[in-house]
Amino acid sequence: MTGTLDLDLVDWFLLAVYFAAIIAIGVYTKRAVTTSGDFFLAGRSMPAWITGLAFISANLGALEIIGGAANGAQYGAAAVHFYWLGAIPAMVFLGVVMMPFYYSSRVHSVSEYLRRRFNSQTHLLNSVVFAVAQVMLAGVNLFALALIIKLLIGWPLWLSIVLSAVFVLVYITLGGLAGAIYGEVLQFFVILAGLVPIVWIALHMVGGFDGLRDGIAGIDDNLLKTWQGTEVGGWSNPLGDWIGLAMGEGFVLAFGYWTTNFAEVQRSLAAKDLNAARRTPIIAAFPKMLLPLVTVVPGMAALLLIPQLGQDGGPTYNDVIPELMQRYLPNGVLGIALTGLLAAFMAGMAANISGFNTVFTYDIWRPYVVKGRSDRYYLNAGRVATVAAIALSVGTAFIASNYSNIQNYLQMLFSFFNSPLFATFLLAMFWRRVTPWAGFWGMLSGTAAAAAAHFTAGHLAFFYPGGDMSAEMNAQMANFYGAGFAFVVDVIVTVAVTLFTRPKPESELRGLVWGLPDPDSPDAHEAGRRQPWWRSPVVLGSVVLVCTLALSVWLVTAV
Amino acid sequence: MTSRRAGFDVRILIAGLLGLYGVVLTLVGVTDSEADLAKADGLRVNLWIGIALLVVAAAFGLWARLRPLTAEHAAPGPDEGGDGTGR
Repeated sequence: MTGTLDLDLVDWFLLAVYFAAIIAIGVYTKRAVTTSGDFFLAGRSMPAWITGLAFISANLGALEIIGGAANGAQYGAAAVHFYWLGAIPAMVFLGVVMMPFYYSSRVHSVSEYLRRRFNSQTHLLNSVVFAVAQVMLAGVNLFALALIIKLLIGWPLWLSIVLSAVFVLVYITLGGLAGAIYGEVLQFFVILAGLVPIVWIALHMVGGFDGLRDGIAGIDDNLLKTWQGTEVGGWSNPLGDWIGLAMGEGFVLAFGYWTTNFAEVQRSLAAKDLNAARRTPIIAAFPKMLLPLVTVVPGMAALLLIPQLGQDGGPTYNDVIPELMQRYLPNGVLGIALTGLLAAFMAGMAANISGFNTVFTYDIWRPYVVKGRSDRYYLNAGRVATVAAIALSVGTAFIASNYSNIQNYLQMLFSFFNSPLFATFLLAMFWRRVTPWAGFWGMLSGTAAAAAAHFTAGHLAFFYPGGDMSAEMNAQMANFYGAGFAFVVDVIVTVAVTLFTRPKPESELRGLVWGLPDPDSPDAHEAGRRQPWWRSPVVLGSVVLVCTLALSVWLVTAV
Repeated sequence: MTSRRAGFDVRILIAGLLGLYGVVLTLVGVTDSEADLAKADGLRVNLWIGIALLVVAAAFGLWARLRPLTAEHAAPGPDEGGDGTGR
């Protein structure tokens, strides 16, 4: 990226209005809401449309935008798999199958579910893994934020990273989490208002969708493939073969991300009743289906518009959106696009940091390290943890800066953190025999397997285009297989350990596993009530799945 | 029931911010210079996005007005201080 954005007074005004509003909301709500738990869960009072909006907003962070466009540029049309294959089915599954466990058992976090379903060792292991994951993810957000700051003032990356860290600290202190959550809903619309003109101008420049297809075909035919060229052993699809796609991305990574990511699940838990909670991710799936239009499409168009994109000496894939903004957006919408991106990085990082803070203080420090102190002590411990986490994420931001496409890095992190967790959850929820220690060893070995797969993949010709190891490895395909491997190892170890250890008595598992409903659950009466079809999670879920399938078939035949 | 009693309706917030953005962009769009238009490949993006934002803001405002949140649907405001269920 060269030069800085050409900002005008009006752009700064739009930016200032947004952050003034967020901080005002933060101050206003902080007086009534004391903890994030209060905000998310207390009341359990929100209608499904609010939680659905919050759900999709929490996902449409800036990483999704920058990374989605980077994927569009690097992998072409195949990048729609991260939406239609890697999100929609898992979101429907979360709503239809998993949500009753979360909502009715009244857990506040994934760790808490594991403590009740397994034992405190599993709880501690998951808490530590989660804390590490949050710091890594905060680093990605910080790096992306620094990319934008660098654009704004033209400072070197390291200085931008440090400056961004200071901004985030101020933002979290002033606005609080509640401000960030309302901000998330607002920023969804602000980002769209910034992205739509980018897509509009980019498509206009390349001659519409037909021009885009013909132009891309002129660069590399493979970039138009979605399901074509996915034969195992002889793949030519940019994302590798169908086993990696369907099993690794479509099943393990997608289901792992959407069903165990509590930043997402928490939004559903604020719903007013079980049915609204179940509809939350399904309502969010409808806009998710259309998001490739504003991420993948500009990424592909950028290949035609930005010389040397992704090549040595040219801008990296991460630069797609900032480059397009700089080149084509006039003052006005430029300010809006900038506001949306900055807000999204801030909110994303604020969510990571507060996730770390909560888990570190209440799931690690208080139960296992320094027990039985006053509330004030733990409040201060949390504050120290916040500052420490931000300092640590400056370090992880530099790790993230080594990746030319942050989505490759993110998927790798997910293969480490989410895939084993998903395997353990699936077994824990559907097989009541799974023992406490099986949960622990299954997750530990699954995470180790993901690490082993990561360090082995680079030495296998299987993951190189045409088997040529002098070329660049297909990083996403390696992530897909790594996730699948972690899942399989987790399942095998969990089953093996279960057979040799003692299960929990059924009385302790009520409401936590399939087929053992808790008769005292406040939602028990609701299960028997029939809902009209437009409020049925199954019907709505089927509609969104059929639409996605139709879109996928259309895309294979249309290009 | 006034919106203050009912706590915080995020739709009013959306309508307010997008409405303000819409007004600003529409004004900028009307006065865009030749250079601004050339940068955007001749498209009047400020004007059209501004108008679109005004429409969305109006839709959210109307929705919030026709179907106001009852107290039990709102996030707690400072003057209720509770879990949002109290009337």
